[in-house]
Amino acid sequence: MDSVGNIIVYFAIAIALVIFSIKAVTAKKILRAATYLLFVLIGTAIFYFQLGYQFLGAVQIAVYAGGIMVLFVFAILLTNKPNEQDTEGKNRRKIWGFLVSAASCVLLLFAVFYMPLIHGASLVECLSASNMITMHDIGEAFTGGEKFQYLLPFEAISVLLLACIIGGVTIARKD
Amino acid sequence: MDLSMLWYLVPSIIMFVCGIYGFMTRKNLIAILISLELMLNSADLNFVIFNRYLFPGSMEGMIFTLFAVALAAAETAIAIAIIINIYRAVGNTDINDVKQMRF
Repeated sequence: MDSVGNIIVYFAIAIALVIFSIKAVTAKKILRAATYLLFVLIGTAIFYFQLGYQFLGAVQIAVYAGGIMVLFVFAILLTNKPNEQDTEGKNRRKIWGFLVSAASCVLLLFAVFYMPLIHGASLVECLSASNMITMHDIGEAFTGGEKFQYLLPFEAISVLLLACIIGGVTIARKD
Repeated sequence: MDLSMLWYLVPSIIMFVCGIYGFMTRKNLIAILISLELMLNSADLNFVIFNRYLFPGSMEGMIFTLFAVALAAAETAIAIAIIINIYRAVGNTDINDVKQMRF
């Protein structure tokens, strides 16, 4: 049995996620779409907090809502005139998009509702005190080479980010 | 009332489907990138949900999501650099006007 507060938070965030994801892909103005995407990302972060992953929620807000959204806003303002509206796609394309997304929605819902893995555990049962992840656990997982430790991928990510910086500068440079 | 796994999976599915719709119907490159972020975000959410409900004692789903967030940041930075370059060469960011690989 989950607490009433948890359920209220769940419903508020779930409804907000659904509405804002639909608005993010249908909004006419591209800057509005980016703002709705920001709300979706923050809602996902709240889900992470609710599921007991505080560090992940903080990373989601700092990297996604902080870093990536600033990049998006910069790019939109550099490549679009203010108040410019996204040109309407062809009707045929819209019908195809709706058909494909509706079909995949039905398929995914079917797969999820008939998944044999699902058992009736509630959030409270899964969130017992012994399952909480401390900062110490995360630090150890990132700085060791044993089983279930991820030093090598961590270093690979840093090399990837360096390559990304150099690539970004090279591609976007005026010459 | 219990908040079981299904409750969290359904908003994630709707987010993913919205991403597919936007990816197929939008014409602006940045709008397509926004739809891509939606899909990626829903996949991240799924990792975390499965980790919490099916393997509550371990944290591999969370670690994978952390790496995926870092990858998403890198991918977005490069994609936006390419879009700005296309804007310089073509004059707008409409996918129908991008016909060559190299300008």
